[in-house]
Amino acid sequence: MAIPLAYNLRNLVVRKTTTIMTALGIALTVAVLLAILSMVNGLRATLSTSGDPLRVLVLRKGSDSELVSNFERAPYQDLKFKPGIAAGADGQPLASLEVVTVINLASVDNPNGMNVTVRGLQPAGMEMRPNVKISAGRWFQAGQRELVAGKSIAQRYPGAGIGRKIHFGRGDWTVVGVMDAGQGAQNSEIWGDLNQVSSDLNRIEVLSSTLLKAVDKVAAAALVENINNDQRLGMHAMSEQEYYDAQTASGAPIEFTGIFVAIIMAIGSSFAAMNTMYAAVSRRAREIGTLRVLGFSRGSILLSFFAESVLLSGLGGLLGCLLVLPLNGLTTGIGNANFAEMAFAFHVTPQIMATGVLFAVVLGAVGGLLPARMASRKEILTALREV
Amino acid sequence: MFRYLPFIVKNCWRNRRRTILTVLSIGVSMCLLGVMMALFHAFYLAGPAPDQALRLVVRNKVSLTVTIPLAYRERIRQVPGVREVMVSNWFQGTYKDSRDPKNMFARFAIEPERFFTVFGELKMPEEQKKAFLRERAACIVGRDLANQFHFQPGDRIHITGDIYPGEYEFTVRGIFDSPRASDVMYLNKEYVDQAMPERRRGAVGMFDILIDDPAHSARIAQQVDDLFQNSTAATKTESEQAFTVGFLSLLGNVKAFLIAISAAVMFTILLVSANTMAMSVRERVREVGVLKTLGFTPGTILGLILGEACVISVAGGVIGYAISTVLMKGVADSPFGGFLPSLNVFDGSVAVACILTAAAIGLLSSLAPALGASRVSIVQALRSTD
Repeated sequence: MAIPLAYNLRNLVVRKTTTIMTALGIALTVAVLLAILSMVNGLRATLSTSGDPLRVLVLRKGSDSELVSNFERAPYQDLKFKPGIAAGADGQPLASLEVVTVINLASVDNPNGMNVTVRGLQPAGMEMRPNVKISAGRWFQAGQRELVAGKSIAQRYPGAGIGRKIHFGRGDWTVVGVMDAGQGAQNSEIWGDLNQVSSDLNRIEVLSSTLLKAVDKVAAAALVENINNDQRLGMHAMSEQEYYDAQTASGAPIEFTGIFVAIIMAIGSSFAAMNTMYAAVSRRAREIGTLRVLGFSRGSILLSFFAESVLLSGLGGLLGCLLVLPLNGLTTGIGNANFAEMAFAFHVTPQIMATGVLFAVVLGAVGGLLPARMASRKEILTALREV
Repeated sequence: MFRYLPFIVKNCWRNRRRTILTVLSIGVSMCLLGVMMALFHAFYLAGPAPDQALRLVVRNKVSLTVTIPLAYRERIRQVPGVREVMVSNWFQGTYKDSRDPKNMFARFAIEPERFFTVFGELKMPEEQKKAFLRERAACIVGRDLANQFHFQPGDRIHITGDIYPGEYEFTVRGIFDSPRASDVMYLNKEYVDQAMPERRRGAVGMFDILIDDPAHSARIAQQVDDLFQNSTAATKTESEQAFTVGFLSLLGNVKAFLIAISAAVMFTILLVSANTMAMSVRERVREVGVLKTLGFTPGTILGLILGEACVISVAGGVIGYAISTVLMKGVADSPFGGFLPSLNVFDGSVAVACILTAAAIGLLSSLAPALGASRVSIVQALRSTD
């Protein structure tokens, strides 16, 4: 017969100082793991909402990112008339020639300056990204040194608020608006007029990339195929979604470090849990003897102490989840393929919290096994005689 | 105080299992703290290695991707204290399949005739240096990179250019040894320039400057930047170390990350240690009564318990630091190490900080139970049955 769980619960309540301290130790371990997981999760969420499977990104062959791609104007004219490209409001194919560069701006986190993506684009490029909307101010005007900053940029870079001036190229650029791309990576970009940006950068002929909007998924796949097989172009096409998905790799070092740290901390915490459980077992020797006299088997004693350890660590796991909850929505940045900072928010999801509790339970199970075994092996008489 | 040391150690050893578990628990956590402290020290506190301290990096103020005119070289050379100015271009390109991160290693287009002056700490046989100078399509690779891909002198490395478009084939003419991780390849700037249109030849990514004395670095950096302040391409000059740490910021907010994890680890150790001390003091209340009866003052009892906690946590700290040096060696040798400022596997100040932290944690964690024990009255203590 099993010993009721209430016995263990009450024991935890009676020795509340020890319980809380052990549980808090476990909670911190879980919190570190969860903080990292929610960070990586947030990064994935941003990247997966940034790309549209219908949009096709074309780079020069051999380039992995828009930043290092050298894209000339001539092939753009050929690309524009490939089959399967949707038509814009003006009846022209939705093909946007773009120039991408990075500029160094002082951020809240890093006053020495961080790299920020600046993108020069044409009206077609904006029409193709309907998810990006102006949330304050107005769009930039063609032929003017005007910029629109993404939401995260406006928040995190004091020099990029509306009305501020940013110096690059041949003069000062005025920030005239803030755009909101939901969760998308465009929140971390600054946009300006293609011709103005490229002429300021001395790159009128050599730009970065072209973005095409396909009519549907089948057309998008055919378009990618068509461009990649066109030897004359020397271009490399992929769906925009693929491009962003490939960048999730940038979270790998953080994820790796985080899991490594969490595992080491877990080893430390399971030793601590073991300590607590050993103390509980030796302090409750007489209780154990009494339970045995009452007829509870060795197996049920083992199970009971094991359950107590799991309960204790489960409590720690829940506490850990509570500790990371305030992180949800907190914004931070990471480098992207364009060698610039991309902002994203911590994303604490129920799955992540479940992982945390599970992690804590495993930790408690490992820590509780040996003490529970010791409890179950006590001889009735010696146990009753212990002080 | 030290008179009681044997007594303290005996007390520690009484409940062996608990002490070992606690020491291990603290040790494992302290090793993390040791790594975090060493990284933080290397990134933000330590001065540069002597060879790095003599180098400054000049780039366009707008960002690394915007070029500066080659003509700046002559003006930079006029700045007092500048011994050599070398062009260094981030070549990038892709080697084999770029989707495999293993194939990503740093490639720089440099000027071979100036290279070994500016990077004096790199060691390579004389005849290999000559071969690198003589042949335009030559390249040299670091020992780590050579070991990773089994490059031998005479091997050909095919790179597809992106920033510098085109197909390139470089012949390995030398393998150099570096005091740091050396997953890096240097190639001849001249060779790349030949494939570039006229207008790109006069534009460079960075200048590496060799200066005469580390003490002058701030002054020289300022003077260089002042030279070009009002020109079309303003520059930013910083020490090589600051430049490398700047790259790290692309990995995320490293500083906050290190501090947050260290804080969590420290707090966890504090809890573990406090818990253990509270348990062991609670078990010994009666003993405290006996000690008091024998004439031990409350102050001594306080000292005994604080001392015990310190011995345990310092033992954990020493073990933790020892493990952390092994981990640091792993970090420094990883491919990632090439992007880090030079890491010392053993650093005196980090060791001291680590052990002091452990001692402080010991003191802090046992303060409450120790105060309780020292204040308890003899009668009460002797009556305790817990």
